[in-house]
Amino acid sequence: MEIRTKVINSHDKTPSHSDEFIKGLWRENPVFVQVLGMCPTLAVTNSAINALAMGLATFFVIVMSNTLVSLLRHAIPQQVRIASYILIIATFVTLVDYLLQAMSLTLHQALGAFVPLIVVNCVILGRAEAFASKNSAARSFLDGAGMGLGFTLGLLCLGMVRELLGSGSLFGFMLLPDNFEKWTIMLLPGGGFFTLGLWLLVINYFNRRKVQS
Amino acid sequence: MTIPHKKAPNKTLQIRPSPHISGGASVEKIMANVILALMPTVLFAIYLFGLAALVTILIGTFSCLLTEYLFCKANGKPSSISDNSIIITGVLYSLTLPPGLPLWMVCIGGIIAVLLGKLLFGGLGYNLFNPALVGRAFLQAAFPSAMTTWYPAMNADRFTSLPLSTLTFPFTTPSYDTISSATPLAAMKFDQILTDSSDLFLGLSSGSLGETSSLLILTGGIYLIARRMMRWQIPAGIFITVVIISTITHNISPNTYPSAQFMLFSGGLMLGAMFMATDMVASPITAKGCFIYGLLIGVLVMIIRLWGGMPEGVMYAILFANAVSPHIDRWTQPRPYGYRKTKS
Repeated sequence: MEIRTKVINSHDKTPSHSDEFIKGLWRENPVFVQVLGMCPTLAVTNSAINALAMGLATFFVIVMSNTLVSLLRHAIPQQVRIASYILIIATFVTLVDYLLQAMSLTLHQALGAFVPLIVVNCVILGRAEAFASKNSAARSFLDGAGMGLGFTLGLLCLGMVRELLGSGSLFGFMLLPDNFEKWTIMLLPGGGFFTLGLWLLVINYFNRRKVQS
Repeated sequence: MTIPHKKAPNKTLQIRPSPHISGGASVEKIMANVILALMPTVLFAIYLFGLAALVTILIGTFSCLLTEYLFCKANGKPSSISDNSIIITGVLYSLTLPPGLPLWMVCIGGIIAVLLGKLLFGGLGYNLFNPALVGRAFLQAAFPSAMTTWYPAMNADRFTSLPLSTLTFPFTTPSYDTISSATPLAAMKFDQILTDSSDLFLGLSSGSLGETSSLLILTGGIYLIARRMMRWQIPAGIFITVVIISTITHNISPNTYPSAQFMLFSGGLMLGAMFMATDMVASPITAKGCFIYGLLIGVLVMIIRLWGGMPEGVMYAILFANAVSPHIDRWTQPRPYGYRKTKS
């Protein structure tokens, strides 16, 4: 899996704590800017509730693993660091998996194999490798929270559009009138690609305009 | 650079590589000829389906034109409407639609066809896929029931009234007239009812606007081939494979698999082979490549028609072959004179 990391600390002084949190929301949004973790982004966003559950599960895992990796960063030998990160991530994924199963079995079944697959979500491993292994626990916690929240927002952006057009509802509530003709394609994988592409178009358009002005 | 002497004749020596004689062909001219070749099919569709066909073709073409115009304007580019290619996209796209499709769906498909199929790839010359088919494929996946409800041909009041579904309020579910009919391919696949081949050839059957009369489509195609504006290898490759495969399967089991005539003249095969697959941008460059491309489409069409879940597969076959055509180009790259393949 390809892991792209961005060097953003172009200014000399270390960024403030709040900046570590905020950068994940928009400037380095994992879905729309880093374009990482595409597997859950495309696969489980066919409804807003699925997207939210997936986003929150990932949020929990990324916050916990970032903090733990950061705490253990001096103890983990360089040669086996990736394996150690995966082990830490897998521990929290197992926790989330059981938690979700206990809370809502239907949701767990709707998300299917994609909950265990959080282990290989490259956003999480990317943050562990690129950030948590080099920074303090507090910074890693904030970074993980920002990235996890950014990921959740990204998934929600896709899930809401797809559910609204594909089923005429939002979070399970019928919003559009009964005679609304549902766009079946939005619930299919093709709709995921279309929606992601159009969101990227919109976001790049605004980012580029900001750079120009 | 020297300034030419004032008394010298106003002629400059131009040095440039061959070719020196041009055939005078331009995008505008070729596209105008394709529109001319499509006209019989368009007029026949209007004759067969009446007002429903007329408004569908007008709205479909207009939505494509408007999308292209607005996109060029929003990006501050010179408008590319005048090269006629967008009219072809619009007309071809409309011809793939069933008559009586709600006009708001026609609009959405047209916008998707031009925006996603053509403009976002960089405009004419850069599109990977045939834009008209991208629009149809989107509609087929988004509104499967509306796209497979067929308004019958030769309705008595077709020139005076529109089908109920055509003027559906935007984004609402269309309601249909009680009369609807199955396409020959669907009738064959699901009910084992065989339509007469001569009816199919002349086009007196229901179906999408432009998939009815094989005769008129062939006439248009042969005109373009005679004027060397179309690669004959592509339709030839498609027809040969379809005839061979359907003859074999028909002889094995005449009751389950229809004959070669039926396969050739039914559904969108003619329109697809003559006008969609031959899209100059999305098809291979070399003659050999075009033939392989045609064979590939033929095989895919037959696989989908005979063993797939859908009655018709021309659209998916062509879109798939479009995706493969850059690879076909690479395999069939002509060898330059004197070049020897090195073992590696």
